[in-house]
Parts: sequence; structure tokens; C-alpha cells
Amino acid sequence: MLWIAWRILVGDTAKYLGMIIGVAFASLLIAQQASIFCGLMRLTVSQILDVEGAAIWVMDPDVQFVDDIKPLSENELLRVRGVEGVRWAVRFFKGLGRARLAEGEYQQVVLLGLDDATLVGAPQTILLGSLDDLRQPDAVMMDRRGFERLWPGEPLSVGKTFEMNDRRAVIVGVCESRRTFQTFPVVYTRYSQATMFAPHERKLLSFILVQNEPNVDADALCRRITQQTGLQALTRNGFIWKTIFYYLRQTGIPVNFGITVLLGFIVGVAIAGQTFYLFAVENARQYATLKALGLSDARVVVMILQQAVVVGLIGYSIGVGGAAIFGLLIQNRSKLAFFMPWQVLLGTGIAVLVIVLAVSVLSVRRVIVMEPAEVFK
Amino acid sequence: MTMAVPQGEGLAVVCRAVTKEFRQGSVIVRALRGVDVEVRMGELTLLMGPSGCGKTTLLSVMAGILDPTSGSINVLGSDIERLTSRQKTAFRMKNIGFVFQMHNLLPALSAMENTAVPLLIARRPRNAALAAARQLLEGVGLGERVDALPSRLSGGEQQRVAIARALVHRPRLLVCDEPTSALDAKSGHAIMQQLRDIAVEPDRAVVVVTHDPRVIEFADRIATMDDGRITDVRETKA
Ligand SMILES: Nc1ncnc2c1ncn2[C@@H]1O[C@H](COP(=O)(O)OP(=O)(O)OP(=O)(O)O)[C@@H](O)[C@H]1O
Ligand SMILES: [Mg+2]
Repeated sequence: MLWIAWRILVGDTAKYLGMIIGVAFASLLIAQQASIFCGLMRLTVSQILDVEGAAIWVMDPDVQFVDDIKPLSENELLRVRGVEGVRWAVRFFKGLGRARLAEGEYQQVVLLGLDDATLVGAPQTILLGSLDDLRQPDAVMMDRRGFERLWPGEPLSVGKTFEMNDRRAVIVGVCESRRTFQTFPVVYTRYSQATMFAPHERKLLSFILVQNEPNVDADALCRRITQQTGLQALTRNGFIWKTIFYYLRQTGIPVNFGITVLLGFIVGVAIAGQTFYLFAVENARQYATLKALGLSDARVVVMILQQAVVVGLIGYSIGVGGAAIFGLLIQNRSKLAFFMPWQVLLGTGIAVLVIVLAVSVLSVRRVIVMEPAEVFK
Repeated sequence: MTMAVPQGEGLAVVCRAVTKEFRQGSVIVRALRGVDVEVRMGELTLLMGPSGCGKTTLLSVMAGILDPTSGSINVLGSDIERLTSRQKTAFRMKNIGFVFQMHNLLPALSAMENTAVPLLIARRPRNAALAAARQLLEGVGLGERVDALPSRLSGGEQQRVAIARALVHRPRLLVCDEPTSALDAKSGHAIMQQLRDIAVEPDRAVVVVTHDPRVIEFADRIATMDDGRITDVRETKA
């Protein structure tokens, strides 16, 4: 009977397409908005993602998210190093600097200071120059986006200079960095150098990056560090989630996107639901005939579910595919964040499933409640 | 009801004191007011009477697609008012063939596929079902049109497909509600002729509801209804 269900479905081309468009539209809207939401959330943590090589971040107990810098004093570093299970612990400076260009213009930059000896937290993709060049006096490395912003139209190059805090900085390399909410250029330098570039402050130690001993669990070590030093210690993932939750709590982002996703859901239910319902009503006579001829209600239900699943699958594929294409198209052209992890696909799939099931329940009711005697009407 | 229904020799349907009431809001419509009637095997029985007298209701009750309010109906030896809805569904699948006024073919299926539907419902393999359907369509003179969609067929041809569908699973009771009323006189005549020729068999009963006096010539027996009751049953010389 399943091929009959299929033929009934495609036999009514207009409604068949209408239902698919409804589901496709809903899943496009849901997947696309959810992906932009995920993209934005990823933006908030890109500065954590850019730091690889350390399992644990140690910071002031009051720090809420990655840009919420509350510097530590130098002897905290020694105390952290003293905690059992710590393999190594290094300084990491993160702050804002003011670059004064040759032309006399000023530009805010994100200043990152890496441990002089190990350069832990260094950029992962270096386009020009090498990491070792950072060890030269006054050396800094700038991210490509920042370079293009400061010297638009010029090819990437080393040797450009600017001033920070009245000190000369020489660009010895260009690297990639993940986009952030702030579009400031990112400047990497050694920690000792960064302390001179940064505006004078009493304390400069933003974070301590820690690696655990191989046989020590990172989460357990975090707890131990907190216990012994009173500092906040988080795994890289823990810090990522803390930052994301901070943005979720403190901004209207989730609400705004929640509303759009909900809207997509409602629109999908409305379009697909209404068309499917009309479809069921108009085909009710066919189902009544089949029931009169001896088709059981259970098999009628299976036929309707099959029709709904077919519509759902096709609509879902079109919608999610459309969202992915949209993502590819905007990836290079605009500043809109777009990130479609598998969870978005799964979530959209579940939403579509709910739409499709809700709609079939309506239709099934319409067909089951109907007496087969209606065929003689 | 414990009253036993006398199952006479060669009786396909026996109705005793059958009533059916429809509730429409606060109004109760009494469509059947105590019907006693028998349908014989091997005969074509006409059910006639004015509009609204209860013909379709009685036919639906006989076919097991509508439950009576009271009374007993024995169809092919089964007291169908005692069957559960699921059993009735299975009973129809096995024993009843339907011809509707508006043919009720599935518009997306070809003539052959439509004809095969009762066999497919009975879970017969698709190829066997389609082969049987083709044979029956040839029997009603539609051998050339097996792949046509219903919308490509004339009203008379559609009704012939409907007859083929009604017979494909070899049911023992064939119920037809106004099979000719949507057709012109000539096609109606042809359809009745076909029903007589291929549907009426010793082991099958055919009940045809109509108010078209021109089909009387095809009947073995005519039951006349009025206002929810059988008022007259007479034999004709078909
Ligand atoms: N589902 C229903 N709900 C309410 N009333 C109904 C229903 N079905 C039939 N009736 C009523 O029952 C009575 C008998 O209807 P039925 O359809 O059996 O008549 P009929 O003899 O077939 O008429 P016609 O020749 O016009 O087809 C009519 O008064 C009709 O309005
Ligand atoms: Mg009628």
C-alpha cells in the first residue's frame, strides 16, 4: 500500500509542492537562524579558541568571560606553579593597546603577550615571517585582517612600524586569527614586550596558562588550583562555555534568535500543516474508499505517516541545503557570522519531525474519525 | 440481542427488525424503521424507492460499513452486528465488493492499478494483483485502456473499472449504489448488462440501489422501500 500512498501524494502536485515548500521554508529559517546564532556564539569565544597548547586557564575569581580582564599579581604565578599536578604554568597578557601609525592616526588593537620563553598561545597559522622572529627586539606579529584594515590594498609585508605607548613596534610576521566581535587588529608580542606596549598599570598578568601533568585529570587539577590559590581555574572548554553562557545571560541574542527560530517553526507548521490538512481533507474520500474496501485504520495511519515523512525529508533536505548554501555564499562576502555544527542539523531535523508529526496527527484524525459509510455520499 | 437469525437456504443477507437513527444536533433522523428483508444468492436484487427513504443507509448496513441502531443482520452466515470494527474491516476485505455512484477510483492510479486495489489491501503480491486486474479489465472490454488514468476515461468506462475493481477479489456480496445515475441512458444500460453478465453467479448475490425504472429489466427481484421500511418484494422474470 505504500506505493499507493506515494502515488496519492505526488498525484496532487500542487499540494505536494506546497507542503514541501512549507517544510523547506521552516527548516531553512530554523537552520539558518540557528547557524547565525552559533556563529555569533563562536565569535565570542574565538580568542579562547585561538590559544592552543594549554589545557587550563587560571584567572581572577570574578572574571565572567574572556574579555573581562582582572589582572593577577606576579606571585600568583608562583603559587599556581606550586600546585601539585601542574606541569607548567606561563603568563598570558591580553589587553587593549593604542597603535599610532606613521600617518599619525590612532587605532585600538588587541594586544596579546606570550610567555617569553615558550610563546605558548602563539598564532596557529602564520602567513608571513616565523614565530622565532617574535624574539627580536620590538617585534610584533599582526593578524591578516588587522593588517588589511590598517593598510588597505597593500600586499601583506613585514617591516612596517607603528608606535604603542611611545614605543616602536615592528611587524615581523602576519598570521590568521579567528574573527571576534570587536574588529580590532590583533597584535601578538612577547609578554615582556607587551608590558611596555600596554598603558602603565600596576598589574599586567591577565591569565595564567597551565598544562597538567599527563597522568593528572584537568578538571581535578582545576579544582585543586582553585582550592589552593583561591583563583578561578577553568579548562579551555569550561572557559568557552562560561563565556558563551555569559553572553547568553547578558545579551538579547538568545531571545532574538529564539524568536526567529520559533517564527520559522510556526510558519512551517502553518504552511505545511495547512496544506497537509487540506490535502488530507481532499483525499479523505480516497481513504474512505480504501477503508470501505477493507483497509484497516492502522494501515491508513501508516500511509499518512509515510506521506508526511516523505514530505518532511524532502523539505528538510532542501531547507538545510539552502541554509548551507547561504552560509557558503556569505562566508567570504560579509561580516555575518555563520556556523552550522551538526547540532543545528539535528535540532532542525527534530523541529521538522515535530511539525510533520503534528500535521499527520491532525490529518489522521480527520481520516480515522470519518466513517467508511461516507463513500456513499 | 440473542434472537437467532434464520439462515435460509441460499440467503446472502438476512435483515431482521433493522433500525438506524442518525443524530443531528437535537434532531433524530430515523433512516431505517424496522427493515425485514432477504437477499438471495445467485440473484440481482434491486432496492428501489423515493429519495431519502433509506436505501443507501440499508445498503451500508448490509455491507458492514455502517452499524445499525438495533436489529440483526446476517451476511454470508456472519452476524455482522456482532463483529468488532476490526473484524468488520477484514470481513469487507474478503467478502464485499463495492460499486459507488461516483465510481470513487483513486485519481492517481491507472485503471489496472485501481482494479488491483482490493487484492493489494488483502496483501496479495503486486504483480499477481495487477495480472488479475488486467484480466478483469479485459473482461469488461477495457483491455486497451489498462494504463489510462481515471480522468482519461469516460463516465461509462470509469464505472466499468469500478465493476472490475468490485469483482477482482471474488467477493460473495456485491453492493452497488446508483451505479448508473451518473451515466447517460446508453452507458447505464451497458453497465447493468455487464453487471448481469459477469457479476451474477450462483455463489454471489448482487444488490443494486437505484431509482431508475429503466434498470428493472435486469433484476431478479425488486425490493421497494418507503420511509425507512421495506414495503414490497417481488420477483421479476429477468
Ligand atoms: N450520516 C447521516 N447523518 C444524518 N442523517 C443521515 C445520514 N445519512 C442519511 N441520513 C438521513 O437518513 C435518511 C435516509 O438517507 P439515505 O441516504 O439512506 O436515503 P436514500 O434512499 O439513499 O436517498 P437517495 O435516493 O437520495 O440517495 C435521509 O433522511 C437522510 O437525510
Ligand atoms: Mg442514496
